[in-house]
Amino acid sequence: MTIGDAGPVEHPTEPFLQQRAWVRHIPAVAIGAPVAFAVLWILFFARGTSAGAAVSEPGEFFVAFLNGVTLAGLLFVVASGFTLIFGLMRTVNMAHGSLFLLAAYIGIDLQKQMVGKTRNINADDVSILQWVVPMLVGAAVVAVIGVVMQQVFLRWNQGEELRQALITLAISVILADQMLREFGGLAQTMVWPGRVTHFIDIFGQRYATSRLFMLGVALLVGALLWLWLNKTRMGMVIRAGVDDQDMVRALGINITLVFAATFFVGAFLAGMGGAMGASFAGASTGADGAWLLNSLVVVIIGGLGSVKGALAGSLLYGMVLALSPVYLPSEYAFYSIIFTFVLLALVLAVRPYGLFGKVESA
Amino acid sequence: MIDPLLEVVGLRAGYGTSQVLDGVDFSMGRESVAIIGRNGVGKTTLCKTLMGLIRPSGGDITFKGDPLAKSTPERIARKGMAYVPQGRRLFPSLTVDEHLAMLAKGTRGRRWTPEAVYDLFPRLGERRKNGGAELSGGEQQMLSVGRALLLNAELLVMDEPSEGLAPKIVDTLIDVVQQLIGEGHAVLVVEQNLHAATHMAHRQLVMVSGRIEAESTAEELRASPELQRQYLGVEA
Repeated sequence: MTIGDAGPVEHPTEPFLQQRAWVRHIPAVAIGAPVAFAVLWILFFARGTSAGAAVSEPGEFFVAFLNGVTLAGLLFVVASGFTLIFGLMRTVNMAHGSLFLLAAYIGIDLQKQMVGKTRNINADDVSILQWVVPMLVGAAVVAVIGVVMQQVFLRWNQGEELRQALITLAISVILADQMLREFGGLAQTMVWPGRVTHFIDIFGQRYATSRLFMLGVALLVGALLWLWLNKTRMGMVIRAGVDDQDMVRALGINITLVFAATFFVGAFLAGMGGAMGASFAGASTGADGAWLLNSLVVVIIGGLGSVKGALAGSLLYGMVLALSPVYLPSEYAFYSIIFTFVLLALVLAVRPYGLFGKVESA
Repeated sequence: MIDPLLEVVGLRAGYGTSQVLDGVDFSMGRESVAIIGRNGVGKTTLCKTLMGLIRPSGGDITFKGDPLAKSTPERIARKGMAYVPQGRRLFPSLTVDEHLAMLAKGTRGRRWTPEAVYDLFPRLGERRKNGGAELSGGEQQMLSVGRALLLNAELLVMDEPSEGLAPKIVDTLIDVVQQLIGEGHAVLVVEQNLHAATHMAHRQLVMVSGRIEAESTAEELRASPELQRQYLGVEA
């Protein structure tokens, strides 16, 4: 049959296509409706909640919003390291949370030594340097551990994703026990430097500047990461390697060296996050698992392997974590954790590979 | 040829249990050679195996006198074998400039620098800031060739460079390859396009089900529809 023979016969797929037209709007509605409801609720109707409707209590809203953004900063620092390692090497580093916690403990111990007190450290005792140096040392130590882990255990299993996940999981279990033995089971805190622990006034609400300081550190990390990935030769190689690793190798580039460097940076970021998190919320047994989970949630929302996705995922997740407890009716505030899963379900229903995730090609 | 640049003896390779290369033998000096054959005879597998992207299950590859069969892609590339893969395989996350900048280290003072590539392909110079995925097919192929040139390699392995290109662009590509050959580059080009193959190389090796079955010349092949039918399954 040639094309001309068909004549003006009605196309059999047309009714189906018409039917499909509204089907295509489902994602927009599925996302739009809950988001619109949440916005309207927060703006006008949230009277029975601890924060109150945003139009009548703008200060409460602004504080909750800032809490979300600053928490997102911390989430980004930790999750960007996680996603960087996955993006290039397809390694799901299940020990990422352990590196976070180990760096936190190392930072706390070092800070105690630098300040010269083992207990009751006040913010006023701590200079900027006595916070920054412990953070960097803790991060550097776990970065080295990360590289050793990669060189000794993971290098030989490149491409064996399940095996790598199990190896890193085993390492995380061992590290968790060793940390319990070494640092004990009590929660410890790294102390923010005195110069950043003030309170400022926002719409009549007191707000801790240490959180803004944390956001500043996160922005600095984000900017450096962006510069590294976009303006340096190694950054280009990393992005190329995320796209097509074999081709990078066929161009004569020693990618194993790049792998090691990426693992170093990824673990370093986990470590920096650890020190920030220990100052922000303290460090204790179980934080490793919690932060692995946080990293996973962020990168599942944003798309595994994408730094841009880690940024978007951190913002969304941070916002949900900060807003849902204060904008739920007071007697239901305990259920706020559910909204993390609502967020995940909504994103994955529309974009199964995450917001910036790439479909895995064969 | 007294001193072959590349010598392949009894090369076997495949994916999993399926054997694709079934004892490939050929050798070439500092010249240009085309490998022609129908779809699925193993041409791309041969390129990938030469580049170390597929591990051979048997046979030997000798390049510049050294065995390559167990080597890694990065070592093979740095030894002087540059790869222009099938489907270009550009990096979608990188701009044109970044594709070249990434490989610019150590090119200063050599024949091929990013600037020299832009001189060769002025079109690319106009699209420096564009992403690898935003280029036309011809521009993509220019970038893929330009990227390979930055290795300043002796041997250029090109896998179906004319695939998916308009005839006019294929002619431009042929000009470029001829220019490279004129400058002393050795080229191993795998092609299904008879026009491209016979204009890029004098020696024509015919691949049939995982082996080199015959050797012909560009003139002979162009003149004989019978051979074309036999080797490529096409009516020219």
